[in-house]
Amino acid sequence: MRKLFVIGLICVLPSFVLASGSDLHLRHASVDLSDQASLQRGAKYFVNYCLSCHSAEFMRYQRMADDLNISEEDVLNNLMFASNKIGDTMSIAMTGKDADNWFGTTPPDLSVIARSRGEDWLYTYLHSFYIDESRPSGVNNLVFPDVGMPHVLWELQGSQKAVFKTVDDEHGGQKEVFDHFEAVESGEMTAKEYDQAVTDLVNFMVYMGEPAKLVRYELGIKVLVFLAVFFVIAVMLKKEYWKDIH
Amino acid sequence: MNDGVDLKRRRVLTATATVVGGIGAVFAAVPFVSSMQPSAKAQAAGAPVKVDISKLEPGQLLVVEWRGKPVWILQRTKEVLDDLLTQNDLLRDPNSEKSEQPAYCKNTNRSKKEDLLVAIGICTHLGCSPTYVPEKGDTPMVGWVGGFFCPCHGSRFDLAGRVYQGVPAPLNLVIPPYSFLDDNTLLIGEDGGTA
Amino acid sequence: MANSVANFMDWVDARFPLTQVWKEHLAEYYAPKNFNFWYYFGSLALLVLVNQIITGIWLTMNYKPDAALAFASVEYIMRDVNWGWLIRYLHSTGASAFFIVVYLHMFRGLIYGSYKQPRELIWILGMLIYLCLMAEAFMGYLLPWGQMSYWGAQVIISLFGAIPGIGEDLALWIRGDYVVADATLNRFFAFHVIALPLVLVVLVFLHIVALHHVGSNNPDGVDIKKYKDKNGKPLDGIPFHPYYTVKDIVGVVGFLIIFFAIIFFAPEMGGWFLEKDNFIPADPLKTPEHIVPLWYFTPFYAILRAVPDKFGGVLAMGGAIVVLFLLPWLDRSPVKSIRYRGTLYKMMLSIFVISFIALGYLGTQPATPEHTMYARICAVIYFAFFLLMPFYTSINEDERVPNRVTS
Repeated sequence: MRKLFVIGLICVLPSFVLASGSDLHLRHASVDLSDQASLQRGAKYFVNYCLSCHSAEFMRYQRMADDLNISEEDVLNNLMFASNKIGDTMSIAMTGKDADNWFGTTPPDLSVIARSRGEDWLYTYLHSFYIDESRPSGVNNLVFPDVGMPHVLWELQGSQKAVFKTVDDEHGGQKEVFDHFEAVESGEMTAKEYDQAVTDLVNFMVYMGEPAKLVRYELGIKVLVFLAVFFVIAVMLKKEYWKDIH
Repeated sequence: MNDGVDLKRRRVLTATATVVGGIGAVFAAVPFVSSMQPSAKAQAAGAPVKVDISKLEPGQLLVVEWRGKPVWILQRTKEVLDDLLTQNDLLRDPNSEKSEQPAYCKNTNRSKKEDLLVAIGICTHLGCSPTYVPEKGDTPMVGWVGGFFCPCHGSRFDLAGRVYQGVPAPLNLVIPPYSFLDDNTLLIGEDGGTA
Repeated sequence: MANSVANFMDWVDARFPLTQVWKEHLAEYYAPKNFNFWYYFGSLALLVLVNQIITGIWLTMNYKPDAALAFASVEYIMRDVNWGWLIRYLHSTGASAFFIVVYLHMFRGLIYGSYKQPRELIWILGMLIYLCLMAEAFMGYLLPWGQMSYWGAQVIISLFGAIPGIGEDLALWIRGDYVVADATLNRFFAFHVIALPLVLVVLVFLHIVALHHVGSNNPDGVDIKKYKDKNGKPLDGIPFHPYYTVKDIVGVVGFLIIFFAIIFFAPEMGGWFLEKDNFIPADPLKTPEHIVPLWYFTPFYAILRAVPDKFGGVLAMGGAIVVLFLLPWLDRSPVKSIRYRGTLYKMMLSIFVISFIALGYLGTQPATPEHTMYARICAVIYFAFFLLMPFYTSINEDERVPNRVTS
């Protein structure tokens, strides 16, 4: 009976997976925090393309320089536009009021965006801008309909339009669903290069969401090895004493 | 109950478990102790401070903040430097043997450049900030050649930050590490490896 | 050397019963020799309590209980404070670990009848600890001031508004503002870091005092004090120290392996220990699509939603907890341990466990009509298990209980 409960628990627990809420299929972002070159490129894209409207109030330039092995001179000369103190955080000059006027909303702080949205969402989002003349910015986004943000990476990606197809819905009517993207104008990058750039950028945002991730795994292995050794000793000690008990 | 028990094995295992557990406890304490050190934010706020000294005039005291403390920058005249030499007998520690300063400031003027005093403006007695009293005369003491006077408990320092005898402050003023990025720019908090 | 230590101990013992306490509670506290796996969770709960207190104190050193600063101060801990991320994960994972350990500890009490005479007060004190722990977890979850913190608190406090007559005033009084706001955060902080921990520690102390007064139960549910040797020591008892101290060390290290594996490799536990939406700062103008309490509250949350009436739901949820207090008097069987109970009881218990876990799952899901129907069935089973207990435990089909433990 007892074993049955334990087995039951073990069987039921893994099936508890939180529903994501979105029915749109997200593409998998193959980010790799141990790829320092990718993180460095991602940092460059981030400060160039994101940091003029979005802030990252909790991220310090100094921390980025140390963690990603970028020299302080490099950071000061090439990656810092809003400030000149390396100990500062990535804040921006734009106020929420300006932003409201320009975009209709305040661009969110991006420090922990990778933790609230998830890396796959960010990756898919940056791939999913398409031309939509009905929007003030001229673009729309598949995973974030009617988003206020313009496609800041269009120079790199070029522009694309979304092709929809008509399918039968469950009520016997018909509905439009997304089928594929079609390139309209090419950008500075090939599709493959753009994909790499987005991956780098998302990689950086994952790092920025939790800088401790860089040390967490490595330290974790050491702690677990230590505990495993301690466990063996503890079991031997217990067995030795319990020889007394008959 | 204890028949045939290998007491030696038992002792060895107990000792091993105690030592390994003790090592674990020490390592577990590290994050907690370390977290009480200054954070990245505090360190960023305590970063070296750049000061433009091109507009500093002789006799003028400039006060800047570094790590939350006042740092004095004083351009001393030739007359002041000469007066400093006459004070030795009245001072507690004229050669700065006991006080805190970088090695390059352990001299009569207590400075890197002869005429420029850089010192932390906190009295070594109980932490008040002394007042700059450049005028010669009989206050705050007879034969005053200019210096700093602490209003809290009456401690006196000369214009090299050296403490006079017969006052409560025990030590000369602290000199922070500093360096010159160029002739007009002073960097407080970092000595540029010349320590 | 040995002599001066002995002298020192004499000096202390003349003033404080140190040696006596050591003997009564460790070296000469006789515990049944047949404790099994389920008996690790008491000492583990104590371990997690110590972890929560220590990491909590350290978090308090940098956390700011201010609506304008709270979210940022948590990120400050995660990034700028040396090792702050580890201390924070120890605390956030520790909260979930606390409930896992306590639920297993309660389940142990349930299957081996540890709540039965003469241990009713131990059970009651334990239930008070559990209540206190729920309040502690609920208030602590507001502190990061993320979207889930905010809206979770908003929803739960609104439940008090369901009480007829005084409800709205009561909810207002709890919040100290018209919505969850700075005042709420500040008072929850005060309760979370000092008031409730004090109560919790006192309750844990009383729980152990009561336990050591009557002695521990065991998987056979037999009284080990009936058969004693010529020195008056129970024949089936062994001194807690060293035998159970060395055994508990094994349990502690085994637990720590799992605990640290989660902390270092999956501190969010796929959204179960740290919810994604809580990385968005609290926004009083925008409710997240899907508000879910943390997993340890979801069985009760599912019962709340299963009732189609606001006040009725609150009563059902409260009743689900109150009924646990009555357990010692609902169970009429003379047999303690599940090992010697009849099939009927075992079946009821199995269905109860399944429905409790199902309620936990349903509490995390959107309240679709289908889910609500399942939640109703499970809620009925939950209450049936307790309220029908006086009847099905009176039908005597129990097996004969042995006189001595079966090891």
